[in-house]
Amino acid sequence: MNIKTLKKISDYQWQINATAKMRVPAIIFADEALMKDMDEKVREQASNVASLPGIVNACYVMPDAHWGYGFPIGGVAAFDPDKGGIISAGGVGFDIACGVRLLTTGLTVDDVEPKKAEIAEKLAHKIPAGVGSRGKLKLSMSQIDDVLTGGAKWAVENGYGSERDLKHTEEQGQVTGAKPKCVSDHAKKRQLEQVGTLGSGNHYLELQQVTEIFDEKIANAYGLKENQIVISIHCGSRGLGHQIGTDYLKKMVTAAPSHGLELSDRELACAPLNSSLGQKYLGAMRCGINCALANRQVLTHLLREVFSDLFPKAELLLLYDVSHNTCKEETHIVNGKSKKLFVHRKGATRSFGPGYEKLPAEFKDVGQPVLIGGTMGTSSYVLAGTKESVSIAFGSSCHGAGRAMSRRQATKQWNGRDIVYSLANKGILIRSPSYRGIAEEAPGAYKDVCAVVDAADRAKLSAKVAKLVPLVCVKG
Amino acid sequence: MPDKRENKWEHFAHKADMGIRGMGPTKAAAFEQAALAMTAIITDLQKIELENEVQISCDGKDDEILFIDWLSKVIYEMDNRNMLFGRFEVEIDHDQLTARAWGEDIVPEKHEPAVEVKAATYSELRVYKDKNGNWVAQCVVDV
Repeated sequence: MNIKTLKKISDYQWQINATAKMRVPAIIFADEALMKDMDEKVREQASNVASLPGIVNACYVMPDAHWGYGFPIGGVAAFDPDKGGIISAGGVGFDIACGVRLLTTGLTVDDVEPKKAEIAEKLAHKIPAGVGSRGKLKLSMSQIDDVLTGGAKWAVENGYGSERDLKHTEEQGQVTGAKPKCVSDHAKKRQLEQVGTLGSGNHYLELQQVTEIFDEKIANAYGLKENQIVISIHCGSRGLGHQIGTDYLKKMVTAAPSHGLELSDRELACAPLNSSLGQKYLGAMRCGINCALANRQVLTHLLREVFSDLFPKAELLLLYDVSHNTCKEETHIVNGKSKKLFVHRKGATRSFGPGYEKLPAEFKDVGQPVLIGGTMGTSSYVLAGTKESVSIAFGSSCHGAGRAMSRRQATKQWNGRDIVYSLANKGILIRSPSYRGIAEEAPGAYKDVCAVVDAADRAKLSAKVAKLVPLVCVKG
Repeated sequence: MPDKRENKWEHFAHKADMGIRGMGPTKAAAFEQAALAMTAIITDLQKIELENEVQISCDGKDDEILFIDWLSKVIYEMDNRNMLFGRFEVEIDHDQLTARAWGEDIVPEKHEPAVEVKAATYSELRVYKDKNGNWVAQCVVDV
């Protein structure tokens, strides 16, 4: 991006002034190097978002931002329903509530190193991954409605986890206001055999080693120690979420003129929050969130089954579960007054700091865990929410490394088998149903996650707590 | 003079996702080609045997919405039936589309599917006739 045309607010904040149709400015959080590498398309898309009715303060853009569809990936925008604010299916994305959860194991590198290959085989066997994979659960249409209203709580009530897991999940594992009647039969049918599946693309289940602690106090509160083994799960709401996004995007594009909405990009399709369609999407989208929470909870159960065979004494404790494609109803201070807003985070993680009342007791003094997934060959990070983030970006931070090149370029540059071989030489075991999928997800196809996380830390969107490097990765 | 109006498909680059483009002498042909371009993101088209036929229908109030609805229905049928399609025959009558698709069940070891297509997006969406009279239908798909 050409930074000369931007207003530099600080070393880590850049502003696109509100011009033409923009109602508010757009603010990008990144250092100069990340800014220079960022797509021009991010500017265009952030400016379009800043033009939507009822947007509050600014369209915020996270350091890992890249060209998305409609909203930039890494875009955050809050809308006020009392000021004609909208809700956008494109602003949430097709993979509703795609997110990351992290479990601590109490095991060390020395414990797992001799059994690494066995762990990889057993996980690859147990975790349904890749295109066309089906879960072990076969649900009826009425059972799927229970998943959509119950979320991770449904999973726990059916034996897939514990009450403690729910306390360590955003929304305590279940978002209220989910309305299964707003979800099409097509969407539900796609999910009947997909609860407890990983999916494909950038989704994974990864065994990781904590290699560095940046903040001892917060790491203690999170139960993280150097050399400890942790496990990350990255996936979303599967076919159900994709279909909800597809269904409502069409409805919103078709209905836009009747709502008086002029769309500069059809992918920005939206509806006023105070409209029948807006409310229906909200009810359906919340079903998508619950579906993703249930999905990650069932996967957690499968993971625990594998570990109870291999390490009977190990206890896999959920640290936290965060979603990074959502629209959440939240209360924020705007111009000194408390306001109910609908915050879209498209490829952005919630980053609530110390004192936020809904956080589990052990996180109240330190802020929520912000889980950042890297690539299979580099590293992932645990950060903590900050008080500053709430005032500068509605409590949001980055979500991952962010792609640096297209899938097409990646497959031209790398070969999946070579990647598996070279990572194995570095001690990282990859298991995936597709070599091409691995090439498309090559570590080199992503931005430097360390630079992204450093920028998020210095911009005070979230604070660095721990660095994690992969040992075993099951790719979808 | 060789006939420049030929059926073909291609991919175009998008940072995180993938662009698909179908071209043909008719709008219907361009839609067929675009669906092949989409399937080629998942697997090698040559690996798909045309064993079973599936009927697909959809509608849209303009060409662009119809195109997205068409791809969305193909995605739905692939996911719901756990199938891959290697051939499409599309007929378009105003805002209504009816189609037949031929393919087979996904066998991971055989098809080695690289990635699933989550959705067809309105990004880079265009349906138009080029200066040679060829129809072009394109968009970015979310993977």
